[in-house]
Amino acid sequence: MDLEPTEQQRQIIAVVRRFVREEILPLEAKLDPDASELPPKDFARLSGMVRDMGFWGLDIPAEYGGAGVDLVTRTLMAVEMAQHRAGLYAPCYGVFGSAGLAQLFEATEEQKQRYLYPMLRGEKRGFFALTEPSGGSDPARAIRTRAVRDGDDWIINGAKVFISGADRADFGLVFARTDAQMGRGGITCFIVDTDMKGFHVRRIVHTLRSSHYATELQFEDLRVPHANVLGEVNKGFAIANDRLSRQRIPYAAVCIGVAVKAQEMAIAYAKQRETFGASLATRQAVQWMIVDNEIDIRTSLWLTLAAAHKAERGEPYRMEAGMAKLVASEAGGRVVDRAMQIHGGYGMSKDLPFERWYREMRIRRVGEGPSEVQRHVIARDLLGTRL
Amino acid sequence: MAIRMSKPWSALTVEAVRAVPGQLGVYQLADAAEQIVCIGFAGGLSLFGLRGELQRALAQRPFAAAHFRYEVNQQYTSRYLELLMLHVADFGVLPPANRAAPPVRLGRLSPL
Repeated sequence: MDLEPTEQQRQIIAVVRRFVREEILPLEAKLDPDASELPPKDFARLSGMVRDMGFWGLDIPAEYGGAGVDLVTRTLMAVEMAQHRAGLYAPCYGVFGSAGLAQLFEATEEQKQRYLYPMLRGEKRGFFALTEPSGGSDPARAIRTRAVRDGDDWIINGAKVFISGADRADFGLVFARTDAQMGRGGITCFIVDTDMKGFHVRRIVHTLRSSHYATELQFEDLRVPHANVLGEVNKGFAIANDRLSRQRIPYAAVCIGVAVKAQEMAIAYAKQRETFGASLATRQAVQWMIVDNEIDIRTSLWLTLAAAHKAERGEPYRMEAGMAKLVASEAGGRVVDRAMQIHGGYGMSKDLPFERWYREMRIRRVGEGPSEVQRHVIARDLLGTRL
Repeated sequence: MAIRMSKPWSALTVEAVRAVPGQLGVYQLADAAEQIVCIGFAGGLSLFGLRGELQRALAQRPFAAAHFRYEVNQQYTSRYLELLMLHVADFGVLPPANRAAPPVRLGRLSPL
């Protein structure tokens, strides 16, 4: 398998890299170190530039107006787009467009009219609510939110936690148990409007990540029409599972992008910073940190590209995606930590991006399936064991 | 942590502000009747943290601010937005000093 970028991919990488360095970084220097949004005028200007480049909507299928970029190219672009302070959770501050809730591409036409198309036009925002106070790593067993049929409606009661964006959303996907006897086969996905009676955002959950905060939701006799079932009753878990696997490749790529930038900064600093009459770059202790960084970055990148290639060929890729996410999220933390150490006191300050990367990279070992669950999934595929 | 800021108000005076730390966090200003007139934060770009922001408030006294209280909080962005959302949930509107430059697309909370 040849993991080297094609000539066309190299050109795309160069364009995105220049965009980040010439457009994003200068703007970012003026924002609060924890900002995750651009001022509206800047967002509109940069989104326009991205549209002119033909890259708007990287995760939106071409038939819906997206950029029509293959997964390998998308992965390479994700590595470039993440190379700035907010890059882990707001790569290029969203100016490349977002697919939003990709599950809606499988919705009925009526549901698409009400939710998908307005979302793609930027008129509506959605959230994805799977994790509950009872658990997130094993949603098939942990989901306690119940939905009970009542005529043409369903009545939902329960709670969700660590849900991003629900306070600002117009609707969301809520996974509820519709058959208590069936385990993962008894979960249904509902499209819930946030102005429905019984939908509550109770609080913000403050975490290491100051922006892109999470919320806790409560549903109290929330009445949802049967027409808002996404897919089929009791078949919702497949919708959730598919998302989790697919997301792991770009999730890994973003970790790698930040690691690449951290390494670039560490090398530049080591060459110019002097101690005891010589540059840090001459010190073996620093050299070995930079070498270990490079090994971590390349290992992660090759694993992630291998997973992307396999997915693009239509082959099973769940194990490879899990490996990529596991390795890249853990390696990203190590690279940022070493780069911080090389920068000394400045590495700890908000003057530089490391402290934000350090906090946010820690979350990557838990989000989208913790490292332990990834190992569980990989072991299952290797050993043929049941969970 | 209680989600509403419930510390007693301090008078917005030179002596009181001098004792405020230079750390990052959030603050509220209130008028003489202890009605909140402003919610703000001291973020990573602030030179002197909460003390600097409250010194500015002391000089400008937006909407006749006469009291303040603050909370040291490294997650100042999310806490600031939460306090704004709480205020809207409790009173239906933003504090007067925040209305001129509201956050783009403030979220909604239904706190207990």
